[in-house]
Amino acid sequence: MARVSVEGIVKRYGTVAALDEVSLDFEDGGLFALLGPSGSGKTTLLRAIAGFVFPDRGRIRIGDQPVERVPVEKRDIGMMFQNYALFPNMSVADNVGFGLRVRKVGAAEERRRVGEALELVQLEGFGGRKPHELSGGQRQRVALARAIVTNPRVLLLDEPLSALDKALRVDMQFELRRIQREIGITTILVTHDQEEALTLSDRIGILRDGRLVQAGPPREVYNAPADLFAATFLGEANILPGGGAGIVVPEGVAPGAVLAVRPEAIAMTRTEPEGAGLSKCVGVLERRVFAGAMATCLVRREDGGEMKVVSRDQDIPAGLTEGDRLWLSWPVDKTLAIPPEG
Amino acid sequence: MAGGTAISGARAGLIALLSPAYLWLTAAIFLPLSAMLFFSLVTELPFGGAEWAFTLENYRAFFETPTYATLLWKSVRLGLIVTVVCLLVGFPCAYVLAKAIRGRAREALFLLVILPFWSNSLVRIFSWAIVLRGNGVLDLGLNALLPFEVDVSLMFTTHAIVIGLVHSYLPYVILTSYLALQAIDDNLIDAARSMGAGKPTILWRLVLPLSLPGLVAGAVLIFVPVVGAFMEPRILGGRVGTYYGTVIEDQFVAVYNWPLGAALSFILLAVVLFILAVASPMLKRAQA
Repeated sequence: MARVSVEGIVKRYGTVAALDEVSLDFEDGGLFALLGPSGSGKTTLLRAIAGFVFPDRGRIRIGDQPVERVPVEKRDIGMMFQNYALFPNMSVADNVGFGLRVRKVGAAEERRRVGEALELVQLEGFGGRKPHELSGGQRQRVALARAIVTNPRVLLLDEPLSALDKALRVDMQFELRRIQREIGITTILVTHDQEEALTLSDRIGILRDGRLVQAGPPREVYNAPADLFAATFLGEANILPGGGAGIVVPEGVAPGAVLAVRPEAIAMTRTEPEGAGLSKCVGVLERRVFAGAMATCLVRREDGGEMKVVSRDQDIPAGLTEGDRLWLSWPVDKTLAIPPEG
Repeated sequence: MAGGTAISGARAGLIALLSPAYLWLTAAIFLPLSAMLFFSLVTELPFGGAEWAFTLENYRAFFETPTYATLLWKSVRLGLIVTVVCLLVGFPCAYVLAKAIRGRAREALFLLVILPFWSNSLVRIFSWAIVLRGNGVLDLGLNALLPFEVDVSLMFTTHAIVIGLVHSYLPYVILTSYLALQAIDDNLIDAARSMGAGKPTILWRLVLPLSLPGLVAGAVLIFVPVVGAFMEPRILGGRVGTYYGTVIEDQFVAVYNWPLGAALSFILLAVVLFILAVASPMLKRAQA
């Protein structure tokens, strides 16, 4: 296990900078999610850490070793691919044992460690099957076992759960987390799924156009986004007009900062809410979308701006229908103050 | 009932779609083969009021004259050599096309691979004759480049036959290997690398097993016609170019002993099918 650090790496493809001066530290034993839209450079960063891509500039260290010119096969990493990339011509046991055989650990040792790895992912007894005889979730477990069986210094996951359906994905998120904790391996995960990033990781890094926008614990990034992109990419944010009637600007906000509020922080009432420390405004309910436990409401403010409110169904005033006038309110300390761009 | 008619309607549609191909195959393969089988079993061609009778004499001729078996073995050996050379040359070429080159360059190189198909095979063989003969293009070219005198006359040797055949059949193995290699997900190779595998390991344990179906298909496509080849041996081999295929050709066009030619053809067919049957467990394993 090892700490991974990336310092000022640049990777250009023609005139496009896939990575532009990205610096990040990945703590030993932590689970770090790289998050961003497609084309943000998150996969390039992962592949640079893996060694498939050599950066034009900058340093990459795994442990204390500078690795930016070390090819992938010499980096001692474990990687899991989006479509799992299981070798179709080999059994599950041979897939998992591939890295051990390359390292010439010997047949007995290989059998023992393959057995352990399959046990860890709860696939004991599946060693003789071929990949095409497995379900999606089982393949994913085999891919994970294969990636960790060699005790690599770092585990890299490229959109590991995106091929699974929703229910299985949630199961596998917990499973992945359990296994990662159990073996304490430094793990870097690439995803475009913000929920996955929030539930799985100790820290997240948001990338956009090859640059790191913000990095930190999920809660911190969610509650104090570094810019408008981070605020809207990780969760949703209602952008507020620069201090209208009733909208309180929190203290100590830099001039030029954009105010925003998360949809789930807003309460809806028929009458004007009482109490100190509330920001409030009036609007008309335009749409109400029922989605199981939660409902999403779109409210048109009097100044014309649109607000999205996510609320538990029972918290919405009874009988509220589209076209009704209502009050929106939220605690002042839930107001996000987003630093101005640049 | 409604479902039943829908299914039988669909089946009728399928039969209608399949029938032109199967009728053509019947007309183009089954009928001529039946005619040849008939010829191989008669004493004389039953044309022009000739006296004829059924006989196994033509097949006996093969077993009574050891020359035929010797020549058949020579042809099988030629088939193996040409197949192996084609695989050794074609597979790396297909690998580079499938995995190393992208975009326009790949299209251009691909065109070059199939270019031989665009020219008449006879023209191709005669142009090889011009290249390979003493004082030919190869000889003159080498002597122009090398500081010492060399005498390159490959014409009328087994080498010339192999060169000509490899040139004719190389595209098959490149195309089949290319398709097989193309189907290998690049992530598989990346995954193997991430586990520490070097290039030889990846080639031996991953790329070769996964492209085996393509290699086998290419090998069959080459081996079968080369065993019966007569044009390249005749033109490029001259005196050494007597093979099983040329003997069959002689029976049809020179000696006019069609029954013997037909019998020899069927023996060739049987031997080739036997070889393929023996190799088929390997084929099946490749597909699994």
